[in-house]
Amino acid sequence: MQAIEADGLVVRLGRRNAVDRLSLRLGRGVHGLLGPNGAGKTTLIRTLATVQSPTAGTLSLLGTPANGKLRPVRQKLGYLPQHFGHYKRFKVREFVEYLAWLKEMPKKQIPGAVKEALERVGLSDRAEDRMKSLSGGMVRRAGIAQAIVNEPELLLLDEPTVGLDPAQRLRFRELVAELGQRACVLISTHLVEDVAAACTDVVLMNEGSVVFQGTPADLATAGTTTHVGDSPIERGYSALISAKSAGGAW
Amino acid sequence: MTHHPGDSLLRRYSEGAVIPADELWAVESHLETCAACRARLAPDPVAEAVWAGLSPLLDHTPQMPRTKPWRRAYGWVSPAAGPWLAMILLVTAAAVALDRVGFAVGDRVSLVLLIAPVLPVLGVAASWGRALDSAYELTAATPRAGLPLVFRRTAAVLAVVVPGLAAASLLTDVGFARWLLPCLAFTVGTLALGTWVGVTRAAIGLVSVWAVAIVAPTIAYSRTALALGPEAAPVWAALLGAGLVVLGTRRMAFTRLEGNR
Repeated sequence: MQAIEADGLVVRLGRRNAVDRLSLRLGRGVHGLLGPNGAGKTTLIRTLATVQSPTAGTLSLLGTPANGKLRPVRQKLGYLPQHFGHYKRFKVREFVEYLAWLKEMPKKQIPGAVKEALERVGLSDRAEDRMKSLSGGMVRRAGIAQAIVNEPELLLLDEPTVGLDPAQRLRFRELVAELGQRACVLISTHLVEDVAAACTDVVLMNEGSVVFQGTPADLATAGTTTHVGDSPIERGYSALISAKSAGGAW
Repeated sequence: MTHHPGDSLLRRYSEGAVIPADELWAVESHLETCAACRARLAPDPVAEAVWAGLSPLLDHTPQMPRTKPWRRAYGWVSPAAGPWLAMILLVTAAAVALDRVGFAVGDRVSLVLLIAPVLPVLGVAASWGRALDSAYELTAATPRAGLPLVFRRTAAVLAVVVPGLAAASLLTDVGFARWLLPCLAFTVGTLALGTWVGVTRAAIGLVSVWAVAIVAPTIAYSRTALALGPEAAPVWAALLGAGLVVLGTRRMAFTRLEGNR
């Protein structure tokens, strides 16, 4: 059983298909989701997080079809939206506790799980501070803490490294590598170097569908010196993206 | 120091407790020369063994402070709704105060009647709408998201709005049925309409309709709108019932982001 099994997935937003006949199979490990702005990464992550209904196609998450009872799947799901709001007057610990409650964790497990999640993102010393006193990078880390508090089997992180400084990004890569041992971790990012360093597997998306799936090394071999980019993997990225969408300076 | 220091002095020394300078000096100089006392200073093997057994357990035992009881209310009240609920009570009080000083709209229509349907709609929007509840996307992806949580949060809003309006109606002599049914119908109507267009849009839409269709004519033509009279009660009850039926059949909308729009 794969954690994510999508076949011919279509998600219509307004007049266009943000996700267009996408097929994808992902199991345990750390998977990077790359693609230009507007490629449909966020819509795909939202659909996988079960907050967006697919228009067509089939989707199965952790072996359960994602159109029936969502509750059992959601209990094993961790989700960090790209722009997530929080409650400013909550203490960091209360924020993660509240999300743990929403995830229907057993009451007795919550304090221990919250403590551990905050330790893993390095926020233990800020646990009793208000959310509004945190810096952008710390808020992001609190968001990661709520995503991992229920030890999810499927972890979906939409742009989790935005606002993290270089040292925090390194620590974050260690954390996801650790989490990828037991769970399926999907990280959407526009930072190619994040993928090269942290991911075992890359999914490249353009115009709503998957244009490449393989290891970071495979992605690097797709590029030649004529393609734009500072590293082999960046050149591979531009080779695969520009082959699909010809024209346009951006 | 020729004699050996006593047990209690040695223990206090090892704990780093405050000891008078001359005694401290005497203990230290004695320890330098007396191996037997240095051995007494060494950690107690029994205490060490107990500690070695305990420390992994302590690591697993939650050391976090206990949640304050009022925080548990967030099982019912949306954390975003607090300030709005306070505002709802303030508006109710203001309506009563204006009524008491003789301010009425149009043909002696109490302000309490005019605000009754609008107040819970505000609370519901703060509980499930993305405009007022900033953490809507985090909430929507959790197993608790859905009609039961929406009902809990709505019940919490009504638990503030209804007693407030009840007190207001007693103070201003407005019959219960005249405000309670529109109030409940608008609450359920916001949620029912919200299953199609999202709670935020539904709230804005219904409040606008109320303002244009009922409040404005009441002020402009100085007469009591039919909808505010006692004869409108069956219509409000029917709307309430219809709203509940819609909610029941379209409840899955609240497990998706579209319910928050």
